[in-house]
Amino acid sequence: MDKRTPWGRVVTRSSITGVITVAVVIALWFFLTSVTGIVGQYRFPSPQDFLASFVRLATEGYAGGTLIEQTLQSLWLVACGFFTAIVIGVPLGFAMGYDRRIEAFLNPVFLLLRPIPPLAWIPLAIVWLGLSDGSKILVIFVAAFVPSVINTFTGVRNVDRTLVEAAKVHGAGTSRLISEVYLPDAAPMIFTGLRLSLQASWTTLVAAELVGAFLGLGRVLSTAYRDINTAMILVAMVVIAIAGAFTTILLAQVEKRVIKWRTT
Amino acid sequence: MRRDYGPLWPWSVAGLVLFFGIWQAVVSAGLVSNFVLPSPLEVLDRTITLLGRPFAGYLLHEHVFSSFMRFLGGFSLAAVIGVPLGLMMGRFRLLEDIVTPLFEGYRYVAPLAWVPFAALWFGTGIGGPIMVIFTGAFAPCVINAYRGARLVDTYLIEAAQTHGAGEFRIAKEVLLPGALPSIVAGLRISAGLGWQSLIGAELIVVSSGIGYVMVQGQSNLSPSTVMTAMFVIGLVGLGIDFVLRFVEARVRAKWEGK
Repeated sequence: MDKRTPWGRVVTRSSITGVITVAVVIALWFFLTSVTGIVGQYRFPSPQDFLASFVRLATEGYAGGTLIEQTLQSLWLVACGFFTAIVIGVPLGFAMGYDRRIEAFLNPVFLLLRPIPPLAWIPLAIVWLGLSDGSKILVIFVAAFVPSVINTFTGVRNVDRTLVEAAKVHGAGTSRLISEVYLPDAAPMIFTGLRLSLQASWTTLVAAELVGAFLGLGRVLSTAYRDINTAMILVAMVVIAIAGAFTTILLAQVEKRVIKWRTT
Repeated sequence: MRRDYGPLWPWSVAGLVLFFGIWQAVVSAGLVSNFVLPSPLEVLDRTITLLGRPFAGYLLHEHVFSSFMRFLGGFSLAAVIGVPLGLMMGRFRLLEDIVTPLFEGYRYVAPLAWVPFAALWFGTGIGGPIMVIFTGAFAPCVINAYRGARLVDTYLIEAAQTHGAGEFRIAKEVLLPGALPSIVAGLRISAGLGWQSLIGAELIVVSSGIGYVMVQGQSNLSPSTVMTAMFVIGLVGLGIDFVLRFVEARVRAKWEGK
């Protein structure tokens, strides 16, 4: 498997099987919808319909905007909610992990609110802020907040005590202790939290936009559902998946940079 | 080193008192209208009312019951399909190679994005919501069963093979017990995601259940009803997690005691 040629790592038995599987699935899709019509267009779209709908969304637009506009709207809301959540959540989790008094102070309230799934905040957000961008950002914030606090907390709490002691013996002050011992040691766990936060952000955004929105990928999805336009439903699902994957990969790249920088 | 802070419980009490105190005070002082934020006491009062007077067609606990049955349906389906699939992927390399690309694609689709297809295919009564729960709960079942199966010592499998065990017996008596702690941990994650997906489905298309109570509360501009439902949803979620946590602890104790 590990040949020394540049292709050795790409062309493996796994990747060949994977390519064959995907090809078979696409062929089967084509066969069931376009060729035989066993699966009707109101159940699942044919590959041609799917492509046509994609082109339609990209050029003339659907549900109030083109592909770019709808995607940017959703990305923008996720970014707002996610960044607000981590800017507040990570320091809070850090403080809770660093000082047991802060943990004792905040934990009961946190335990009380945590079991409420983020999606359950949607109606309240709508009562408070209507169908505006604000209500969606609020819900995404709630969704992304919890994992970023919990994981940062766990990461900081599990920092190797010996390291902390060693740094103190060598005369490190609180700020150096935080920047050179706690943060680097807790970084992998913090990033795990951020990844979970990001995932939760997308799930919640889709739900919030399905419940009610004027623009965005969830709006495309709900309009397509109302029109029983299965091809557009599939397009929206695929675009949501790609946008989610894109942000996840972006975060993984950031993680790689940050952790490398920390350890060297 | 442990810094000595003295007893910590006063901090916890202070946190809770402050939280509910500020909430009640803000409402009592009339800083926000109760159409925006009801006081904690109003929410409690509303909860008691909804248990005795039908809202959106049913009593509160009847709504909860119908949601919970849907949850059980979708969650069991995810476990019954996902766990064996994960185990088999851990056992057979070919299956792993076939499923992985499809699975990676599916994983990036947010569970709630399946709602339109679920509603078109299976309706909004029972089938649709069950499919949405299934899509939410499926991934952790598969991933954890797979990881668990990969951790099983290959010598054990080979030993079973030399003693003439068939694939079914290997799965039942070697893979499953070996992977059990990982599987149960996966089921806990699944249950949380499944419960939350159900709430989402009920918000969007379904017209009964605890999620629907929230939708009705929202359109009647009754935030106390919405918050009652949030409270109940949290409570049921906590209950589900508590039961699975108990199972997990039992499994772990048994497994490590071996």
